[in-house]
Amino acid sequence: MESTKKNILNPNKWVQLHADYLFNYTISRISNHDLAKDLVQETFFAGLKAKDNFKGLASERTWLISILKRKIIDYYRKINSTKGKAEVKMNFYTDGEREGEWIEERVPTNWDNEAEKSIENEELNDALNRCIDNLPEKYASVFKMKTLQHFETEEICKELDITASNLWVIIHRARTQLRRCMEDNWFKI
Amino acid sequence: MKITCDEATKICDKSQYGEASLWEKIKLNIHLFMCKNCRLYSKQNKIITKCIHSHEHNINETCNCLNEDEKNVMEKELETHL
Repeated sequence: MESTKKNILNPNKWVQLHADYLFNYTISRISNHDLAKDLVQETFFAGLKAKDNFKGLASERTWLISILKRKIIDYYRKINSTKGKAEVKMNFYTDGEREGEWIEERVPTNWDNEAEKSIENEELNDALNRCIDNLPEKYASVFKMKTLQHFETEEICKELDITASNLWVIIHRARTQLRRCMEDNWFKI
Repeated sequence: MKITCDEATKICDKSQYGEASLWEKIKLNIHLFMCKNCRLYSKQNKIITKCIHSHEHNINETCNCLNEDEKNVMEKELETHL
C-alpha cells in the first residue's frame, strides 16, 4: 500500500511553500494581523503533531487548510462565548413593554450634510476604517466577510459554524453600531 | 404583520445584501410607512452601503501579508518542533 501514496509531507518547507497562502486565507476571515499569524503558526504545529495521520490522499496544502479551518472555527467559538466587555451598546429595548423599540438616545438623527459628506474621499475612508475597527471582534469577522469579501451567507455559516439567523443578528448589530459611529464621527461633524 | 423597530431595521440590513424575502420586504414597508425613526435608519443605511462600496478597495488594504522577518520567525519556531 505504501507505494500508492501520492502526497507526502515536507514540514521543512511548509513556511516557504504555504505560509502566505494560509495567511491570506486566515486574514480574510479573521481580520487581525497578529491573530491570523498565530493561527497559521498553530496550524503548522498541529500539522506536525498529526503528521502520522496524513494519508497522502489530499495535497499537503489542502490538508493544512483543513486543520486551519478547524482552528478558525475554534477561535470564533471562543470569542463568541466570552461575554463581551466590548459588547456593542444596545439600540433597542430588549424586554418589557417597549421590547424592540428604539432606545431614545440611540434613535437616528438627521444628517444635514449627507450629500457633501458621502462623496469625500480619503477622510471618509479613514472614518469608515476607524468605525469598522471599532466593531467588537465577534461582529467584525462576520460583517467583513459578508460586506467586504462578499462571501455567500451559506459559506460564512458553514465556515464559522453559525446559523443564518445568527448571521443576520450579527450583521444587524454591526450595522446599527456602524451607522451610529459614522453619525458621531463623520456625518454630524 | 406588525413588527418591531428592531426587526424592521434587521430586515433593512438584510436587504442591503439583497437577501430579504418578499414577505420580509412587505412587512418592512408597512413598518416604514408608520415609523419615522426606521425610515431615517433605512435612508442612512443605504448611504452607509454606498460609502462602503465606493471605498471597498481601500478598506483595510494595508498590506495583508506576512513579511520576511515574520516568516523567518515562523520557520525557526517550527524547526524547534521538528
